Amino acid sequence: MTANNRTPAIEVKGLDKRFGPIHAVRNISFSVGHGEVLGFLGPNGAGKSTTMKMITGFLEPTDGTVLVNGHDVMTDPISVKASIGYLPEGAPAYGEMTVNSFLDFVAEIRGYNRAERQKRVGRVVELVHLDSVLDQTVETLSKGFKRRVGVAQALLHDPDVLVMDEPTDGLDPNQKHEVRSLIKEMAENKAIVISTHILEEVDAVCSRAIIIAAGQLLFDGTPAELRAQSDIDDYDDAFRAITSRFYASQGEAGQS
Amino acid sequence: MNNNVKAVFKRELYGYFHTPVAYVFIIIFLFLTGIFSFYLGAFYERGQADLEPFFRFHPWLYLFLIPAISMRLWSEERKTGTIELLMTLPISVTDAVLGKYLAAWCFTAIALVLTFPMWITVNYLGDPDNTVILAGYIGSLLMAGGFLAIGSCISAVSKSQVIAFVISVVICFLFILSGFPLVLDFFQGWAPQALVEVISSLSFLTHFDSINKGVIDLRDVVYYVVLISFWLYANVVVIDTRKAN
Repeated sequence: MTANNRTPAIEVKGLDKRFGPIHAVRNISFSVGHGEVLGFLGPNGAGKSTTMKMITGFLEPTDGTVLVNGHDVMTDPISVKASIGYLPEGAPAYGEMTVNSFLDFVAEIRGYNRAERQKRVGRVVELVHLDSVLDQTVETLSKGFKRRVGVAQALLHDPDVLVMDEPTDGLDPNQKHEVRSLIKEMAENKAIVISTHILEEVDAVCSRAIIIAAGQLLFDGTPAELRAQSDIDDYDDAFRAITSRFYASQGEAGQS
Repeated sequence: MNNNVKAVFKRELYGYFHTPVAYVFIIIFLFLTGIFSFYLGAFYERGQADLEPFFRFHPWLYLFLIPAISMRLWSEERKTGTIELLMTLPISVTDAVLGKYLAAWCFTAIALVLTFPMWITVNYLGDPDNTVILAGYIGSLLMAGGFLAIGSCISAVSKSQVIAFVISVVICFLFILSGFPLVLDFFQGWAPQALVEVISSLSFLTHFDSINKGVIDLRDVVYYVVLISFWLYANVVVIDTRKAN
């Protein structure tokens, strides 16, 4: 079904990250193909954001490699960054800029000339419905609009790899629905990674789910397979079952 | 300037003029340069048609005002998390550092140009040597560039603007002082003359004073170019190694 014969869009091999004494990500490997939407699940502080920061080239891995469309993020970071659209955690943006000038700035760094920038900004503004706040400064926007500005800047160059850290956090139910529909629409020809701790999102948009806790990969499979881990056929229950099994085994290991 | 440097440069300059920073800085700068040259510098009483009393206080004004400009360059990016956005766009750290630095420098150049009433005054009252005045402006701008490069690097170290400000002031102060008798006398008695000269040659003041006399010596220009390059290189290294902390 998915384009398995092509190079995977994202290939993570043996990824490891230490911050001093803290071992945030431990030997994680997975790959994402075009046409896949990968849901990144895990308790807070599990290493989801850290992993995403390494994929997008913001953090340097302690060990392991990340390939995006065949480019190594360590040796060719600019190519990797050019092919990824990234929504960082909390959707940071320059507060004193208007939405329009902010998007124009991002498009300029993406290398578009003035006419092309106008066209591209116009397209994403329509896509995530920002026309009403185009001339407002980012700092005056509500949380929902800010998040949408973050999504808009990630889509400017129509990237074929999209990494979004909690894209629906802080949105109201209608806005959540909109962002999810957008993700589903785009899913066909892109590789998308989203992190979330809302499990219904997995059901709504993901074709695959990964669970990490304490920096380790605990589960990698389809949403149906995830649900099957639960006796009552429920995502939350399956998530709890997998993570508590893991923590229990950690505890035993600690005692022995 | 490549496209990325230009984009960051434009954005940063936009940031200055869309926040009160620019206006507060420019007004205070103009006010203080005026006060210093007329009262402390005895501009009238000297009865000489030159801008020496005006330029003489620039190092001391810059000591506090330039770190106030540079402290936000990277600290703010770190604090608001926009550094993650910027550094995951297809732009090299060097381009980002250069773009921001040049914007801050351009901004101080604007403030400096706005002191033109001083120049008009002295030309109205007498017949000054305008090439000396031009050299003074160039020297002042170069010195501002040196202060800014130090401040930019320091602001990359901390997400707290206050810390960035205080550390920048201290380092800039050392760079000014190293040409002062206060420091030089201390070394003069026992240290080899060569060492005293090295310490003295590191000073902003020594190089600023000689340009101020109207002579733009290549050595003075090279000094500032090397100083600025060194601190900007350090800036790139700091950001590369501790982007996320």
